[in-house]
Amino acid sequence: MENSASIADEKTINDLLPQKFGKWGKIWVGILVAICLVGMFAYYRQLRYGLVVTSMRDYASWGIYISNFVFFVAISLVGSLITAVFRLAGVQWSTPLTRIAEVIAVAAIIFASIIIIVDMGSPERFYFLVLYGRVQSPIIWDVIVISTYFFISILLLYYPLLPDIKILLRFKENTGKRLYKFYGFIGSFWKGTARQKKISEKAINILCITIIPVAFSIHTVTSWLFATTYRPGWDSTNFGAYFIAGAFLVGAGAVVVAMYVFRKADHLEKYITEDHFEKMGRILVLLALLYLYFNVNEFLTPYFKMKESERAYLNGLFTGDFAPVFWFAILVGMILPIIILLFKKGRKPLPVFIVGIMVVVGAWFKRYLIVTPTLLHPFLPMHDVPASYRHYFPSWEEWAITMGSLAGVCLVITVLTRIFPIIPIQETLNEQHETAA
Amino acid sequence: MNQENNSRRDFLLSGLMAAGIGVAAGCAPKSPFETAVGDEVKASGKKIKLLSVDGEVIEVDEAFLKPVPHMPPVSNTEARIGIPGKKFVMVIDLSRCKNLKKCQSACNHAHELNPGQNWIKVDPMQEGEHTAPYWEPTTCMHCDEPPCVKVCPVDATFKREDGIVLIDSDRCIGCRFCMAACPYSTRVFNWDEPMLPAAVASQPYSAETSIPQKKGTVGKCDFCADMTRMGDLPHCVSACPNGVFAFGDMNEDTVTNGAETFRFSELIKDKAGYRLMEDLGTKPSVYYLPPVSRNFPFESGLENDKIQNK
Repeated sequence: MENSASIADEKTINDLLPQKFGKWGKIWVGILVAICLVGMFAYYRQLRYGLVVTSMRDYASWGIYISNFVFFVAISLVGSLITAVFRLAGVQWSTPLTRIAEVIAVAAIIFASIIIIVDMGSPERFYFLVLYGRVQSPIIWDVIVISTYFFISILLLYYPLLPDIKILLRFKENTGKRLYKFYGFIGSFWKGTARQKKISEKAINILCITIIPVAFSIHTVTSWLFATTYRPGWDSTNFGAYFIAGAFLVGAGAVVVAMYVFRKADHLEKYITEDHFEKMGRILVLLALLYLYFNVNEFLTPYFKMKESERAYLNGLFTGDFAPVFWFAILVGMILPIIILLFKKGRKPLPVFIVGIMVVVGAWFKRYLIVTPTLLHPFLPMHDVPASYRHYFPSWEEWAITMGSLAGVCLVITVLTRIFPIIPIQETLNEQHETAA
Repeated sequence: MNQENNSRRDFLLSGLMAAGIGVAAGCAPKSPFETAVGDEVKASGKKIKLLSVDGEVIEVDEAFLKPVPHMPPVSNTEARIGIPGKKFVMVIDLSRCKNLKKCQSACNHAHELNPGQNWIKVDPMQEGEHTAPYWEPTTCMHCDEPPCVKVCPVDATFKREDGIVLIDSDRCIGCRFCMAACPYSTRVFNWDEPMLPAAVASQPYSAETSIPQKKGTVGKCDFCADMTRMGDLPHCVSACPNGVFAFGDMNEDTVTNGAETFRFSELIKDKAGYRLMEDLGTKPSVYYLPPVSRNFPFESGLENDKIQNK
């Protein structure tokens, strides 16, 4: 009996150990690296010639870099949702998803920080934020909460990893020499004693509790970068909640996409089951409904009043230049996902995966709509400026850098899952033992 | 030597400039009177009355007077404090504007702005379908509750004692939050390396002259803080042939367009002056007089408008 249990354990461990890249893995990494390199070349041009290589000008003074920043901050919130909220709520089934969520969170928050530096006109003065930081400025609030969130997310990824690293260290022959050394460096102190387990348990609990207000803060403060201004479309008290709701939605969308991909690529059908997609599908519906609710709040009341200062902005969204993107984001990002996921068949892995992609793509364009249309509808007329200042369509450098950052997030996720087991091994074993007993 | 320099400047500032006389004794970086003595200038016998630092009228022989050289640039600290006791205001009379854009070109020239950059914009305004159109020049409003200053993460843009809002381009990180925050869209970014004569580009940046503008930083109307320090009018004010702009000190309750001088409070009262977007609570330092009893028809400005707005 004892023997068969350990055989089952070995099988589980074997299933979940990080795998070397196969042919497709190598192609995937190659493509990502190539996109990142193009992005880096575009950034080199931007550093050399200035932000003039972008299409941003005095009116559209923020563009897709800032949209992308908001998008990354939004996605990174999922780490706190899946790991912390579920853990504190005693949700058992989410165990195989926690690491996926944390890895996405860490990757996204890293690139949120990078893209915000990319957006700066004088990035060489980045340290001025520390040297001369004014705590009255919402940007400094953002710097503080984002760096806090980054460290909590790293720890929340790291602590639950320790028991897994102990397992990984048993397989010296499978891992490369350097990787083995790395495992030893970050995890050899973990012996798995009762005392260590207790400390770890406690630490993780504390992190789970602290990460929730910090997660709420990062996205609320990010929304305040807009809501603390007077501009039509940003001057809204709804913004914090609206951003958080959207963030949970896109984060959950990203997780189901990742779940599907890892399930296929690493043959994890036994661990990431159809039931997981079913449950995540339900969560997605809930989050999409919530986000839709905030969208109705955000647009219906201004539309009802049609204040003169907001008229052009609202018309631009509903029927004007931005209408195709606006309705795309609403339909593809919210309404269609809700409809699909309401059906039981819609919550099978493939439809959920497709819905996840829809949600993520819709969310990206939604962030674009939050930033650009407002800036192109100032209070005073856009006058005495070159004609090109009155429109905004990103330049190739902006697209390249943005795509590069998106590829960068995927690359970080890919590398992390090459190094670490994407599904927590020890926790899976513990749960198996519990069910067996 | 620096000490002497400072005391000389103080002397110039509070004494001679207030009296409105553009000459002073001594220009070498020594004490004001030493030079004259050293050069063995002979008294001409013709006396000129001056106002001393203490506000007393004194007499100086004409021969001891020499033209003031360029004001030494003020330090960043001084530029951030401003001129004590002053509260600068501008009054823009919309009934006099015909969109000549002389203000704009003078401003662009004085601040070495690149093509496409305008710190002063002259907007054709029409509030409603049946209301009259008019030309509205806009500068920085130098708000008393400046949204740009509130949001700046590094104290690169700041509000001075004398009411002027300036930018320290050596501090600006180019995040452009101030541009998003400004409801008047007054800020202009240096998207690329400004094309400047080498002599200008190599100068150390001064927040009062806003020169030289730098790549990746924000610029905007500075109320010509360097001119006001010298007791002169901003370039837009002196460039306007129609006297649209009046500039002055609210504490003295006086504004002038160069030709005419007004009691600020009376002017605002008589002509029902107002500020832009009062409802936002930004408390601008720029007041507007409504476009009534106009000197020019709106249409007279249309032709000139086409040059920049096709």
